[in-house]
Amino acid sequence: MAIAPRVAVQAEFPPPLDQPGEEYARERHLAWKKFTRHRLALTGAVVLLLMVLAAVFAPLLSHWDPNAIDSNWVGTPLAPGTYGHALGTDDVGRDLLARLMFGARISLSLAVTVVVIEILIGTVVGAIAGYYGGRLDYLLMRATDVFLSIPLLPLLLVLTGIVAASSTKAALNFDSIVIIIGVLSWPPVARLVRGAFLSLREKEFCEAARAIGGSDPRIVIRHLLPNSIAPIIVQATLDVANVIILESVLSFLGFGIQPPMASWGSMLANAQDTITYAWWDAIFPGLCIFVTVLAINYMGDGLRDALDPNVK
Amino acid sequence: MLTYAIRRTLQAIPLMIIISLIIFAILDKMPGGPLAPYLQNPHITAADIKRLEHNFGLDRPFPIRYAAWIGHYVTGDWGWSQTQSEPVTQSMLERLPATLKLTVSSLIFALIVGLSFGIIAAVKPYSPIDYFVTTFAFFGQSMPVFFFAILLQYALAVHGIHAQAFGYALNFTLPSAGLTSTEGGGFFDQVRHLVMPVIVLSLLQVATFSRFTRASMQEVLHTDYMRTAAAKGLSFGRIILKHGLKNALMPVVTIVALTMPGLVGGAIVTETIFAYPGMGRLFITALNQQDFSLLQGYLVVLAVLVVAFNLAADLTYGWLDPRIRYD
Repeated sequence: MAIAPRVAVQAEFPPPLDQPGEEYARERHLAWKKFTRHRLALTGAVVLLLMVLAAVFAPLLSHWDPNAIDSNWVGTPLAPGTYGHALGTDDVGRDLLARLMFGARISLSLAVTVVVIEILIGTVVGAIAGYYGGRLDYLLMRATDVFLSIPLLPLLLVLTGIVAASSTKAALNFDSIVIIIGVLSWPPVARLVRGAFLSLREKEFCEAARAIGGSDPRIVIRHLLPNSIAPIIVQATLDVANVIILESVLSFLGFGIQPPMASWGSMLANAQDTITYAWWDAIFPGLCIFVTVLAINYMGDGLRDALDPNVK
Repeated sequence: MLTYAIRRTLQAIPLMIIISLIIFAILDKMPGGPLAPYLQNPHITAADIKRLEHNFGLDRPFPIRYAAWIGHYVTGDWGWSQTQSEPVTQSMLERLPATLKLTVSSLIFALIVGLSFGIIAAVKPYSPIDYFVTTFAFFGQSMPVFFFAILLQYALAVHGIHAQAFGYALNFTLPSAGLTSTEGGGFFDQVRHLVMPVIVLSLLQVATFSRFTRASMQEVLHTDYMRTAAAKGLSFGRIILKHGLKNALMPVVTIVALTMPGLVGGAIVTETIFAYPGMGRLFITALNQQDFSLLQGYLVVLAVLVVAFNLAADLTYGWLDPRIRYD
C-alpha cells in the first residue's frame, strides 16, 4: 500500500536531477520521441539510411563494374532484368544499378562535404557578426546581402566553366566542385547564426558567463553555439537536399561531375538522347534524386518540429 | 512614398557597383580572357596576342580596366560577341523578350496557383485538400527541374494524350521545344509552346508559395481583427481576401523576392531542355564556347533584374502595410 502512491507521484513529476548533464539528456530524449512520432520524417530517415548503405557498400552489392563498357550492347540499351542487369544498361552497355550505387557515393558525399564547409564558414561569419555587432556586423551582413542577390546557379556555372576552360574538363573533379559550391553557399547560414547570436548574447546566462570572467571564445563556443545548434542542424539537413539538386543540375548541364564517373545528374543528362526507347536510363537516376531529396526534406521538417521547444 | 522610392533606388546603386566589380573580377580569371578565341588560331602568333592585348588595353592594371569597362557599359557599349557575330547588346535585346515572357508568365502562374493552394489549405486545415497541398509542396520542392521537364516531355510531347470516347477522338500533344512552330505562329501557337516550360519553371515556386501562404494565412486567421470582420457580418470571401490575405501577404512578398534568383537559375535549365531561345540558353552556349563579352553581358542583365525585383518587393511592403513609415 505504501508503495503505490510513490509510483504515481514519480509518474507525474520528473525524478530529481542528479547530474547537471541530465537535463540535456532528457531534452534529447523528448526530441527523439517527437521525431519518431513524425511518421513521414522517420520514413525519410529510413530511406536515406538505405541510400547511404547502398552507397557505402556499392562495391560489395554489385558484381558489375560501373564504368565497364559492354561492347556488345553499345547503342542498344538493355531493358531491366535482361542478362543479369537488374535495372538494365545505358547506351554503352554499362550496368545501370551499379552506376546508380556508385553515383550515390558521389552525389551524397559531395553534398555532405559541401554542407560541412558551408556550415563552418557560415557559422564563423555569423558568430563574429552576431557576437561583436556594431560596424563589423554591418560590414559582414552587407557582404552576405551582396552574395545573396547574385543568382547562385549562373555564378556556379561561370566558375565551373572557368575551371573547365583553364585546363581540361577533367579538372572539374569532386574537389573543385565541392570548393566552388561550398564557398558560395554560406550566406544563409551566416544570417541564421547571426540572428540566433544577436538574441542569445543579451540573455542572462550569457551575462553571467561574462561576469565570472569567461573569455569571448569560451562564451561563444561553450554557451552560445550549443544554444543555437538546433536551427543550424535543421538548415544543414535541408541544405544537403539543396546541394544534391544543385550538383545534379550542374552535372546535367555538363559543368559538374565529368564522365565516365557516375553522378545521378550526369546519368540523366546522358539518358536524354535515348529516352524515346530506353525510359529506364532517365527514370531511375531521376527517381533516385527525387526520392533522396524528398526523404531529406521530410527528415528536416521532422527535425525542425522535434528540436523546436515551442512545438508540443 | 515617392521620396522613399527614389532613396531606395539610389541605395541600389552601390549594390550594383559591388556586384559589377565581382562579375568583372571573376571573368578576369577566365583563361585567355576576351582573346580566348584567338589563342586556338594557329595563324596568330604570340607576338600578335601581345599586340592585341596592348591595343585592347588588356595589359593595363585591374582598377583602370574596371573603370574603363564600367564607362563603356554605362554608355551602352557592351562589346562584341564572338560567337553571335554581333554586338552583345543586340544579342541580349533579341533574347530578353523571350526570357521575360517565360519568367513573367511562370511567376504569375505560380502566384495564382500557389496563393490559391495556400489559402484553401489554411481555411480548411487537416482536410484532404490541405493534405494534398502540403504533400504537393514537398514533392515540388524535391523534384529536380530537369527531371520534371523530361517526364513532361515524355508524357505530353513524345506520347501525348490520346483518348477515344463516345465517338470523339482526343489527340492532345504539346510541342517539346522552341518558341513557335517552324511555319511561324500566332498567339495560340506561342501559348502552346509556353505551356510545358511554364509548368516546369513554376513548380518550385508554386510549392514554396503555397507552403508559406498556408503558414502565414493560418496565423492571420486566428487574429482578433478577423473575428471582428466576421462579427461585422462581412461576407466570407471579403473577410478572407481583403482582411486576411492582404495581411498574410507580407511574409510571402519576402519569399517571392528571395526566390527570384532561383527563378533565373531555373530558366537556364528550362530553356536548355526545351530549346527555348532565351537568354539562359544563350548563356550556356556562351559558356561552352567561352564567349567572354556575352557572359559579362548576361551576368550584368541578371544582376540588374534581380536588384530591380528586390526594389519592387520593398516598395510592395508600403502598399501592403501602411504601418511602415518612410521617413
